[in-house]
Amino acid sequence: MPITTLLLLALCLAFVSFVIGRQRAYAVAKKNGGTKNLHSLPGHYGLMTGLWCALPAIAIIVGWKLFEGPIVSSLLDSSIPQAIHDRGSIAVDLYKNEINNLAASGNIAAEPSIEKQNAANRLISVRSYSSIALLILTIAAAVIGASLAYRKIKTDTKARPIVERIVQFFLVAAASIAILTTIGIVFSVLFEALQFFKQVSIVEFVTGTKWSPQTAIRADQTGASGSFGAIPLFMGTLLISAIAMLVAVPFGLMSAVYLAEYASIKTRSIVKPLLEILAGIPTVVYGFFAALTVAPLIRRMGESIGLSVASESALAAGIVMGIMIIPFVSSLSDDVITAVPQAMRDGSAGLGATKSETVRKVVFPAALPGIVGGILLAASRAIGETMIVVMAAGLAANLTLNPLEAVTTVTVQIVTLLTGDQEFDSAKTLAAFALGLMLFVTTLILNVIALRVVRKYREQYD
Amino acid sequence: MSTVTSRLVEPAVGHPKDYRSTTVSDSHQDVFDNIKGTVGDVTVDNPKMRLSNVDVFYGEKQAIYDVSLDIANNEVIAMIGPSGCGKSTFLRCLNRMNDTIPTCRVTGQMSLDGEDLYGPDLDPVLLRARVGMVFQKPNPFAKSIYDNVAYGPRIHGLAGNRAELDEIVIESLQKAGLYDEVKDRFDAPGTSLSGGQQQRLCIARTIAVSPEVILMDEPCSALDPIATARIEELIDELRQNYAIAIVTHSMQQAARVSQRTAYFHLGKLVEVGETNHIFTNPSHELTENYITGRFG
Repeated sequence: MPITTLLLLALCLAFVSFVIGRQRAYAVAKKNGGTKNLHSLPGHYGLMTGLWCALPAIAIIVGWKLFEGPIVSSLLDSSIPQAIHDRGSIAVDLYKNEINNLAASGNIAAEPSIEKQNAANRLISVRSYSSIALLILTIAAAVIGASLAYRKIKTDTKARPIVERIVQFFLVAAASIAILTTIGIVFSVLFEALQFFKQVSIVEFVTGTKWSPQTAIRADQTGASGSFGAIPLFMGTLLISAIAMLVAVPFGLMSAVYLAEYASIKTRSIVKPLLEILAGIPTVVYGFFAALTVAPLIRRMGESIGLSVASESALAAGIVMGIMIIPFVSSLSDDVITAVPQAMRDGSAGLGATKSETVRKVVFPAALPGIVGGILLAASRAIGETMIVVMAAGLAANLTLNPLEAVTTVTVQIVTLLTGDQEFDSAKTLAAFALGLMLFVTTLILNVIALRVVRKYREQYD
Repeated sequence: MSTVTSRLVEPAVGHPKDYRSTTVSDSHQDVFDNIKGTVGDVTVDNPKMRLSNVDVFYGEKQAIYDVSLDIANNEVIAMIGPSGCGKSTFLRCLNRMNDTIPTCRVTGQMSLDGEDLYGPDLDPVLLRARVGMVFQKPNPFAKSIYDNVAYGPRIHGLAGNRAELDEIVIESLQKAGLYDEVKDRFDAPGTSLSGGQQQRLCIARTIAVSPEVILMDEPCSALDPIATARIEELIDELRQNYAIAIVTHSMQQAARVSQRTAYFHLGKLVEVGETNHIFTNPSHELTENYITGRFG
């Protein structure tokens, strides 16, 4: 029986228990002179019964499914011939796999031997017993749980605190998932990065100026020792991000000021969603816009005034990335500008300041910390952006500040290092994790600063 | 007068309907219809500002009905009345602050020293430098104490150099009675002051642009009694140099600080007169009801 069916069954039983429990609470209340004499509301008693029914059942289902695999697998061990055990663990795994396939589909590549067929039959019967046992256990747990709770429905049972505590537990569990995932990601990247730093020194990685990750894959390859200096990559990332910010900050801020201070309500209601559509365009679309439209345009313009422009210039990728993050800057800035109290604008106007003086000298300084926070968030978005640069920036790790040359970025290198068939323990592949770790640390620091700045700003007015 | 009185006391009189069936809005309408013109003399001999037949609309809704009133030099005029009676709206006409509200429309004749407030030659931005305003809630800018006061002189170019600016700032703070409390911390943010100090900072900020008229919209409603007393003393001192119009919810405050009082009700100016006269011997039934606390 599939696990979803069992879970659905548990939920149905829980619902029935909820209804029965609530009815029981009403009956108890009636006997004792009305619901006001119950400690908690009838619904709380119902919820308590339902939770008592569902939680043990779900715990049993989850526990069973966790341990079923290993137990069945060890049972299978006994039916594997000694000859295969002698050939090592890989042969054992292969043999088990064949039996599993046989049990699941009834045929395997080769004509199954008698032993295999027997083992498969045994597997099928074990599984069906297990399934029936689980079904019975689940129903039993649900019924026992519900009936225990049912018997506890009395006027002085404190159902509300119990239910509230369980609800709180679920909320904490939900909140933990995001945090645990983050921690998990950090550790998985960290361990792989440590593997890399065993092969390449961290000093070389952080201070080296030459990036050429081609290592020898076979022993007979020559001339490819690989060099892992990450500086050109980070410089490329910074160059493209800086160009992006140069585009996004002025345009984003000016559109935010227009939307927050000058636009009529009607204009604002049309323009703001339109601007936010920019944020909804998939980055891959921006990517080919950059690679196929903007880059050739810049190249032609550069050539017409006698400049040599690479066809995958940092400028093209940066400009398009800047356009992509305009809505971030404008939307966040618009929020903080709107949050500046109207009283400040009135105060300034009451002293004979013009609208633009008010905006420049009162509203903008008051909103500045929030705007800086928004810009930093946009910057960390630009640094982590991948798709546009994969399509529009180059692969050559040039250490340059000239925006007309091709540069590569950290994210582009991570993509190229990890796509395709790769050997997992080579320095080349592991370098991607080291780069990822450094990128993560960089954007994390930016985000922490941004959040602090924004929080400080909030305190000023609340 | 007698008809107004009889209607208020005995709504059923002259009403064909049973009086218990009269809804609240009917009685409002009743009161509204029976405010016919303003009791008392709305004009003064040598007006600083003169407003005649002012109507104010927010979209379709009319907030002020045909109000005429003079503001005199060296005098505090208090505007009192129940919430929503239009006194703040009227105050905001005096420096065209209502212009900042998109749906607001103002009609009537208004002048400052004989100059038409809505005339084609008058720049509302410059008007607001001549008719300063202090708001209900203290609203210092997110700047230092010094920069708060220097803001107005800077945007209007009133000081030629730093020394002159210093002088204006210090003088304004002294006039607002705040100088001694903040003289060692001009660089502290304006928001770090207490509520009463913030409001005096806002008054100093207003004085710094040398206005001719100062409008105050419930300047003490967010302050404690001690801070309120300080501001009231200050208002009395400022009267020597400015014409002051103050909106207040506190009748005691109106009685303490003002020389003339105007009573607004439902967007109409019901009665104007010497403050002493209004508070001891009001002529209009509604004024009397309000100052004796029967409603409001």
